[in-house]
Amino acid sequence: MSGHSEGFPKKHIVGFLGSMVLTIAAAWAAVGSGLPTPWIIASIMVMAVIQAGIQLFMFMHMTETESGGIQVGNMLHAFFIAAIIIAGSIWTMSFGYAHNHDDGGSGEMEMENHQDMEE
Amino acid sequence: MLDFLLNEFLVTGDPLIYGAMVSMVLVSIAIVYVLTYFKKWGYLWREWLTTVDHKKIGIMYIIAAIAMLFRGGVDALLMRTQLTLPGMEFLNSQHYNEIFTTHGTIMIIFMAMPFLIGLMNFVVPLQIGARDVAFPFLNAVSFWSFAIGALLFNLSFVIGGSPDAGWTNYAPMAGPNLNPGPNINYYLIGLQISGIGTLATGINFLATILKMRAPGMTLMRMPIFTWSSLITSLIITFAFPILTVALALMTIDRIFGSQFFTLTGDGMPMMWANLFWLWGHPEVYIVILPAFGIFSEVISTFARKQLFGYKAMVWSMVIIAGLSFVVWVHHFFTMGAGAGVNSFFSITTMLISVPTGVKIFNWLGTMYKGKIRFDTPMLWALGFIPCFVLGGVTGVMLAMAAADYQYHNTYFLVAHFHNVLIAGTVFGCFAGLTFWYPKMFGHKMNETLGKISFWFFLIGFNVCFLPMYFLGFAGMPRRTYSIEPEWMPLNVVSSVGAVLMAVGFAVFVYNIYYSFRYSPRETQGDAWDGRALEWATTTPVPFYNFATVPKVEGPEAYWLMKQKGKTTYDKNNLEPIHMPSDSGVPFIMMAFMFVAGFGLVWEWMIVAIAGLIGVLACMFIRSFDYDHGFHVSVEEIKETEEKARREEK
Repeated sequence: MSGHSEGFPKKHIVGFLGSMVLTIAAAWAAVGSGLPTPWIIASIMVMAVIQAGIQLFMFMHMTETESGGIQVGNMLHAFFIAAIIIAGSIWTMSFGYAHNHDDGGSGEMEMENHQDMEE
Repeated sequence: MLDFLLNEFLVTGDPLIYGAMVSMVLVSIAIVYVLTYFKKWGYLWREWLTTVDHKKIGIMYIIAAIAMLFRGGVDALLMRTQLTLPGMEFLNSQHYNEIFTTHGTIMIIFMAMPFLIGLMNFVVPLQIGARDVAFPFLNAVSFWSFAIGALLFNLSFVIGGSPDAGWTNYAPMAGPNLNPGPNINYYLIGLQISGIGTLATGINFLATILKMRAPGMTLMRMPIFTWSSLITSLIITFAFPILTVALALMTIDRIFGSQFFTLTGDGMPMMWANLFWLWGHPEVYIVILPAFGIFSEVISTFARKQLFGYKAMVWSMVIIAGLSFVVWVHHFFTMGAGAGVNSFFSITTMLISVPTGVKIFNWLGTMYKGKIRFDTPMLWALGFIPCFVLGGVTGVMLAMAAADYQYHNTYFLVAHFHNVLIAGTVFGCFAGLTFWYPKMFGHKMNETLGKISFWFFLIGFNVCFLPMYFLGFAGMPRRTYSIEPEWMPLNVVSSVGAVLMAVGFAVFVYNIYYSFRYSPRETQGDAWDGRALEWATTTPVPFYNFATVPKVEGPEAYWLMKQKGKTTYDKNNLEPIHMPSDSGVPFIMMAFMFVAGFGLVWEWMIVAIAGLIGVLACMFIRSFDYDHGFHVSVEEIKETEEKARREEK
């Protein structure tokens, strides 16, 4: 809330502008850059990590030590949830769904699964 | 222009909707007239629209939630009418789709959550001995973003057309190709705006409960409702960002032509279902855990015993919070992700019944050998246990992936989730409201009317939803506006139950009016011989809550204080109290947000940008606002407390 410093909120402005720049750069990388897909994914991920750092240190009082235990617990929980969301989604959604239906690849996988179940 | 107004902007051609339009206009005129006639505009602005007091914000949440319960309930009755008289074409298929969509969305997002958040707002700071929440301004922002989101969503009914892809809003059905126009945008933007508020509430209460407890109140001495609010806030904080992202992606799909969830452009429609339920399942626990907390408080108070198995209760909630993030795929087993995925999520789902079962036995253990009083809040809690167990057992049936292929999308599922959500959440809201009503408004709700409404609602609820299990077994799919002849008798029974529930709700609302007129006023703060700190304050609660913050010496803080004859007014230890100033910025900011949202819904970018500039301007004003609040003088505290405590002695 209030009570720390009444000066110009430099940290917040820098963090805000930094976040905006990184977000726009990520959108441009995906939409307008024309880079090869692996490059796009890698660059977006790097920018995401930088932005997470900006948010945590410029906005979220990560360096305030008073409630260190709570901070650490929250961070660990956040990593746990993020891992579940990403790994879980990839695992769940890679079930052989493909836009290209005439190659038969996905169909075969499904068949194999069913045979496994019956055995 | 006129052509656009009549053909696209306003919803035309249905007598029901014309009726709704007329009634909306009349009600609005009536409200404006009453406010002007009694010269209440200033009062409304000063006392309510600009307030940052957690108690008033809580009450506003609850009033809005009851209004939304009415709207969602009318939707339900319209659906029951259609299914009882399917040949009459009372609703056509499109209208039926819209009604079940708004029913589900409103009941979850705009009824269940605000009702519980309203109770949390009112009760949690009182229970932990705090004078407000950690971020009172943010709390007002939360409330107004919820109100604006709800307003926008409800507007769709008469302007532009309601969303019609179910409350789950699955792609590609909800995508721009199959569903052009503003209707789905209303869903996306309405939920987005109110979701921001919910997220802020989660962070706010997390900080409040962790940092603002009275001295001596360790985590394991907190009242159980506060514990449930803490866990709920934690789930909100980690689950709502997923909804924000999912809604944003689909909004970009619909408005700016991206292909995240499309069929044609290498998108992944089922990824919407995946993201939706990654949020949606934790959401289920967001609306049930506070209700569990309410039942625990009520049962302990009215059985006149300390809560049995407090630690087990806390750990069960922690485990439920963890498990809530690893079960989401059970909502779409039939996607066919394969045996490995389905088995995993089957087992995690069944695991959840273990901590939930522990809680049931804790409630039974609390009542065992207690001297039970059967006041209305206790009746709701007692009705909850068997009804909720039934919903839990059918939930375990649904958890079996192989069997789920039979139940999926049938009335069996509809019966199951109403059995948990109504018996759990709605009973919990009614129990909580009647329980804390004397603290909020200075008088109890009438017992006779309360019992009448309870029995109508309880019996109606079971008559309405038990037959649906059998309809599900008989193959009746959900979200259908026409039925086969063999499903007819049970549908009629179900509709009779729905009418009984409506009577119960009407009696409940009448009870609010009746109690306001005739209930004896509370002369002291402890209406039910309570055990937690909220009952230590006077009634009505002074705006600063506690004249002197009590020192907590054990669990059940107020129970111990009563035994030692202590109060929250220690004449010799008064100090000036620091309180936050009221502010009109949250209301104005969210009014701009409404403009922005309405612009986005209609894809009028200039309007949207103008609204967002207004929002940013409000944020800017707030950022450079160095108002540190004000201090309440010792004399004013003395005067207030002595006036409130005169009758007590």
